[in-house]
Amino acid sequence: MPFGNTHNKLKMNYSAEQEYPDLSQHNNHMAKVLTPEMYANLRDKETPSGFTVDDVIQTGIDNPGHPFIMTVGCVAGDEETYEVFKELLDPVIEDRHGGYKPSDKHKTDLNPDNLVGGDDLDPNYVLSSRVRTGRSVRGFCLPPHCSRGERRAIENMAIESLASLDGDLNGQYYALKNMTDDEQQQLIDDHFLFDKPVSPLLLASGMGRDWPDGRGIWHNDGKTFLVWVNEEDHLRVISMQKGGNMKEVFHRFCTGLTKIESLFKDKGHEFMWNEHLGYVLTCPSNLGTGLRAGVHVKLPNVSKHEKFGEVLKRLRLQKRGTGGVDTAAVGGVFDISNADRLGFSEVELVQMVVDGVKTLVEMEKRLEGGQSFDDLMPDQK
Amino acid sequence: MPFGNTHNNFKLNFKVEEEYPDLTKHNNHMAKVLTKDMYAKLRDKQTPSGFTLDDVIQTGVDNPGHPFIMTVGCVAGDEESYEVFKDLLDPIISDRHSGYKPTDKHKTDLNFENLKGGDDLDPNYVLSSRVRTGRSIKGYTLPPHNSRGERRAVERLSVEALNTLDGEFKGKYYPLNKMSDAEQEQLIADHFLFDKPVSPLLLGAGMARDWPDARGIWHNDAKSFLVWVNEEDHLRVISMEKGGNMKEVFRRFCVGLKRIEETFKKHNHGFMWNEHLGYVLTCPSNLGTGLRGGVHVKLPKLSTHPKFEEILTRLRLQKRGTGGVDTASVGGVFDISNADRLGSSEVDQVQMVVDGVKLMVEMEKKLEKGEAIDGMIPAQK
Repeated sequence: MPFGNTHNKLKMNYSAEQEYPDLSQHNNHMAKVLTPEMYANLRDKETPSGFTVDDVIQTGIDNPGHPFIMTVGCVAGDEETYEVFKELLDPVIEDRHGGYKPSDKHKTDLNPDNLVGGDDLDPNYVLSSRVRTGRSVRGFCLPPHCSRGERRAIENMAIESLASLDGDLNGQYYALKNMTDDEQQQLIDDHFLFDKPVSPLLLASGMGRDWPDGRGIWHNDGKTFLVWVNEEDHLRVISMQKGGNMKEVFHRFCTGLTKIESLFKDKGHEFMWNEHLGYVLTCPSNLGTGLRAGVHVKLPNVSKHEKFGEVLKRLRLQKRGTGGVDTAAVGGVFDISNADRLGFSEVELVQMVVDGVKTLVEMEKRLEGGQSFDDLMPDQK
Repeated sequence: MPFGNTHNNFKLNFKVEEEYPDLTKHNNHMAKVLTKDMYAKLRDKQTPSGFTLDDVIQTGVDNPGHPFIMTVGCVAGDEESYEVFKDLLDPIISDRHSGYKPTDKHKTDLNFENLKGGDDLDPNYVLSSRVRTGRSIKGYTLPPHNSRGERRAVERLSVEALNTLDGEFKGKYYPLNKMSDAEQEQLIADHFLFDKPVSPLLLGAGMARDWPDARGIWHNDAKSFLVWVNEEDHLRVISMEKGGNMKEVFRRFCVGLKRIEETFKKHNHGFMWNEHLGYVLTCPSNLGTGLRGGVHVKLPKLSTHPKFEEILTRLRLQKRGTGGVDTASVGGVFDISNADRLGSSEVDQVQMVVDGVKLMVEMEKKLEKGEAIDGMIPAQK
């Protein structure tokens, strides 16, 4: 793989114009922001671990744009990337996160008691509830840049910490490369297994290297709390269950996360976090909380209403198909989740989902009864 | 992309055991050769342009093996890779190229007049003839490693050189990023157009970065001489035509190649070549001549004869389907070409194709008449 620092210096023999990428066909956040002058300013820089501007932007060059999603087009290789390449990443962050400024402070709140309600979403409509986030371990490079040694060290730390969890969080780790066929089938049936990334967005940034070395899945016996190790981030933490009790899902999420964090700290390892960006993750779109809280909910009538898009926007929610990002809804069932990540706390985001889904379900019932829901139209949150 | 030299030095903080790849499920030349001790010895080295051991082997780590082909599993990032990483590449070269030793000398012979015969392969059987090779331009790093500035410089030099060609070689360059739909249709219809690599073997080595920037296709007006720029090698040069006049195809190949080389030399950029490895290319399998001379030939009876494979082995030829490497043959038509690349000259290899195909066509005719071919089985070449 190229872009070694010696090679970065070799590139300095060429002028900035000669090295500046052709972004004329591109539609992603990076392409909107990276001018030739900015490229000239940043091209001789590197983070302490050797990540360069070309490393940051390669995925955005190789993936000009997605028809339905405005992709970010850049990644971080380590914690320092967000500092060394501020000139590029601050405007990308601002554009992506609703105008978030370089001077803004992000609030973290993982106290589940602060969530109001959320235990009574109607299970006739809300089929399942889920909260996920990511965490990066300070002192190690991120998936686009880490070596096998670093990745394995993360895996070992994760295994050790997760093995200490007990009670309803008692569970087991399944390393991808040692998985038996039976284990694999079960994990697929449970919708837990993640596969080698095929998305060119991920592959172009180097996240698929050495697969499946150092990758694995941990879950508790109850199959309600799940951790992915070394997929797109060091850790992805997921709490989920059938039905509409988002309060319980969030409670387990916060408890589990807090336990894992303290286990890491006991061994001298913190998560990457700062008061401006919150939790630091590989993709700038996941900064802040890194949190996506969502439900699978039946909205066959509301979803066909002309105001559906507007309602979601005002509620600060987004829709996806039940296959995940960029899939189509099947049978009127939608994945509805928070649109924001940065600038709001975890509690605030889950509160928006809880309140918003409650409103959507009421709207659905109105339309079922042949009535209008105009009086239920929310203000812009 | 990772593996910067700062990052390479960073990796030295981890022990060899921690960084050595898991090759237990692997079946490629690199995996057969790279021991932990060899990894330990080479891991702190880099070429002057910054290509490291992990850069060399990444594609082999990410692609454990192909069911039908023994893949090489490593690439060069520059001319010096073959020197700095000799400990790894020499045994691979020996294994791949029939015992070629580090002390052996390779013979280059592009004098088409040294080819005997080859103008009379029976066109009732031989449908088309083709010769291809690759060339790397000295002073630039190779496709797994080069920057946009370098790639564009290679394109500029190539287009300049190709535009000086006249007579039977007069032609036109079609850059991939400016191709019109009509041009694209025509190039596809002519079987000339190469597409963005999808093979994980190539993608794992970083060859598709910045696609389609500085990639293109040049061909002469007669559509019998073709050059690919910045695909898997700096240049791929192809001479082809319908029918069995391999002599003419080879003449045009040699003359065209020489003209191109002269133009590059005038700009002080010769082709990468040395007396041990011959022409230096990205993949170790293409060292030496980099030449594949082949025909599409109808052998419906011979191809089902029990001795078909044995005959090919003795003639030092290989078969492929007419869709290219690893495709199945259709209607008894096979792509038959030389198996060797290194240790014999261009003339030697094309001679083997000419003589071997002539013999196989005679065998086919015998089998058509219901006669045996036992007396015609050749000795091992």
